[in-house]
Amino acid sequence: MIETLGVTGEGPKEKRVVRLKIKRGGGRGTTPPHYDTFEVPREDGMVVLNAVHYIQSHLDPSLAVRWNCKAGRCGSCSAEINGRPQLMCKTRVDSIDGDITIEPMQAFPHLRDLVTDVTANWKVAAMIPPFTPMADAGDTFTFYQTDVDRSREFRRCIECFLCMDVCHVVREHEADYIGPRWVVKAASLDMHPMDGLNRSKFMKDAGGLGFCNITKCCQEICPEHIVITDDAIIPEKERVVDRHYDPILWVYRHLRGEAKADETK
Amino acid sequence: MWAPGQEKDSVDISDRRYDEKVCDVLIIGAGGAGLRAAIESYDRGAKTLVVCKSLLGKAHTVMAEGGIAAALGNVDPKDSWEVHFSDTIVEGQHLSNWRMAEIFAKEAIERVYELEKYGAVFDRTPEGKISQRAFGAHTYRRLCNIGDRTGLELIRTLQDQLIARGVPFIDEVMTTCIFRDSKTGRVAGAFGIDIKTGRLLLFRAKAVILATGGSGRVYQVTSNSYESTGDGIGMAYRAGAELMDMEMIQFHPTGMIYPPGVRGMLVTEAVRGEGGTLTNSEGERFMSKYDPKRMELSARDVVARSIYTEIMAGRGSKGGGVYLDISHRGADYIKKKLPSMYDQFLAFADIDITKDKMEVAPTVHYQMGGVRVDPETAETSIKMLYAAGEVASGLHGANRLGGNSLSDILVFGKRAGAAAAESAAAIDLPSVDGGEVEKEISRVLSPFSSAGGANPFHVKEEIASNMWKHVGIVRKAEDLEAGLAELEKLREEAKGLKAVGARAYNQSWTDSLQVLDMLTVCEAIIQSALERKESRGAHTRSDFPAKDPKWLVNIITVQENGKMVRRIVPVSNPPPELQSLIKEDD
Repeated sequence: MIETLGVTGEGPKEKRVVRLKIKRGGGRGTTPPHYDTFEVPREDGMVVLNAVHYIQSHLDPSLAVRWNCKAGRCGSCSAEINGRPQLMCKTRVDSIDGDITIEPMQAFPHLRDLVTDVTANWKVAAMIPPFTPMADAGDTFTFYQTDVDRSREFRRCIECFLCMDVCHVVREHEADYIGPRWVVKAASLDMHPMDGLNRSKFMKDAGGLGFCNITKCCQEICPEHIVITDDAIIPEKERVVDRHYDPILWVYRHLRGEAKADETK
Repeated sequence: MWAPGQEKDSVDISDRRYDEKVCDVLIIGAGGAGLRAAIESYDRGAKTLVVCKSLLGKAHTVMAEGGIAAALGNVDPKDSWEVHFSDTIVEGQHLSNWRMAEIFAKEAIERVYELEKYGAVFDRTPEGKISQRAFGAHTYRRLCNIGDRTGLELIRTLQDQLIARGVPFIDEVMTTCIFRDSKTGRVAGAFGIDIKTGRLLLFRAKAVILATGGSGRVYQVTSNSYESTGDGIGMAYRAGAELMDMEMIQFHPTGMIYPPGVRGMLVTEAVRGEGGTLTNSEGERFMSKYDPKRMELSARDVVARSIYTEIMAGRGSKGGGVYLDISHRGADYIKKKLPSMYDQFLAFADIDITKDKMEVAPTVHYQMGGVRVDPETAETSIKMLYAAGEVASGLHGANRLGGNSLSDILVFGKRAGAAAAESAAAIDLPSVDGGEVEKEISRVLSPFSSAGGANPFHVKEEIASNMWKHVGIVRKAEDLEAGLAELEKLREEAKGLKAVGARAYNQSWTDSLQVLDMLTVCEAIIQSALERKESRGAHTRSDFPAKDPKWLVNIITVQENGKMVRRIVPVSNPPPELQSLIKEDD
């Protein structure tokens, strides 16, 4: 099916219209999976989500797309655009030569058209030992801007789950690995200046951190430019090694009687 | 742990079956107000359930940039709740409920420290305390901030608390109506759609808290998210609750204007808080004409009207706005203090704000009006129905101070959660009338069998463009009447709204249902704006340009015998000890 517009105006057609190929259907009880092609008038500074909205209000109102802020802040409109996980609201149409193919994220169960079910993330979030202030933290906290700056990067995460989508461990191996977003969450808690927990046992066992083989795909696609692998995953791996595999530190802690106090810093 | 590519079920289009969920306290909305209410209700032992229209953590709160206002006095030790109270009343042009403002100014302080204990990481002063920045019309530096991502940190912190406690929640649920017990008139529950699958849901609850946010999406140019369509206001109105101050719509002075796809996107007030200057096409710092004392940091209504006046006088920028410039603060400072603004302009408009000027114009940002509530408990005029946050009215009067909304949602979210949980403990589960449920199912499913062919996305655009054209920043009777007439035409058109496709994640269906409440909100705004024959705060009438003490009243909107009617009630005066705190700034 090709939906064509009566486009008028000057110049060659490819300058005036954007051609989008969109994965449709899927999800039991809807239509079988297929691709539809639409042509949408090109506008200055247009983003992919603008084009998708044009389709909904002019060409096909049944098209399903998840979105909310349309400003790159909420992380709702994640999709695979020409195979690369990206936010539709932040991907400029003029950054892409030729046709634009949009598909849903493939790491999650599929609901319909461009929408997937990301609720499994909340189950994983519930597994992570939460922020727990140190025993001597006091009633109002005192800490410094340098402490803030150290964890700020991880706190930028907008939970678009694009890092989860690109992660081959999550996507292809169905391993019991919490995935990059949740390692970033753990890192943000571990780096919190007033947090009193050590999450390395969790990360080693239930978190499945060992499954990550540092391909660094997640940090390449993060729309918030969080350096996920280098700044979160590798330091978290180092914490696991220090706590559980370093023989000298193991003996030291044993002598100091700290061996069992596994979950405090 | 994960199930990549698994196909989920949808529901047959005509399937009338529904799942029943029973709880003590049902919270609709999971922005700051809803999440804080949920934590409070749960901690007080009530069986709590949260439902929200978007995914968890995506609510409009996430967009709040500049900060959260609370008189900690960390940077300016002279600051106190008393001054914050006065600033709130004065900028609200004396329409605020004084008791709400008092509670708010006092409790905002505890709520910020509590948020920090929940794990939020605020920027610091050199002494290691929570840092506070200047913002428009706040007497002192009062906005506790997390760069320009304060809302994100707030919502993520509360979301983590919700998850850590194990408070039950279902995200992507659109509630469609509030049920009342026919004998007692108390709230009895709500009806909704599980958007993911298209299944219907009946909620039976002893208390319901509306935390559904505002309705900025009834305007074409807005900083608001997709979900801000006024559903909570519409549901409350349909159930018989009173609305108040509906004419009071805040235009944020600075929204992006170019490219067209991002028109209305917010440019945080923090840009001006950090020293940004506004100039017109003649290079003049025009705020010197309108408020020489406070300049760019004047109240939002003043700055928005000033920009509007400059544009209308032909002194606008090339793109039809005015210029906002922060480049003199230097690249390092800007990237550190305003990182999101830097990214936003670079990504969307190819503008490097460390070197070039931004072009900005007013954008619809906030609704001061909403459901009328009791200041102590946030209970609406319907027993056991509560409202907190932007959906409620009373705190902000005719104009909201920047940063006051984030403290508002925490203060009154907590209060609503506490009151709902305590009252719920004292009563039995009310009954929901089976006939009412059947009627609602038929209404909810009607867009699938509609004989008309109206496209809901298109009708929503028409509603928004009507409001932008006729009920804008400067209003007059003629325009408002024209807006009302157009609204009636749209109401007819909306009768033929058609849902297309399967039930799972079908926005042509859910958006069709939203249109009804959008029309209600628009009508209430226009009628109240016609009623108020003066200019006050965010409400400017070119045919009644002066502020008139006669209009020191709140306009109440309520449904009676199926018709929208208004009542005018005088604003109650604060007791003398609070009155004496109020300092007019001339």
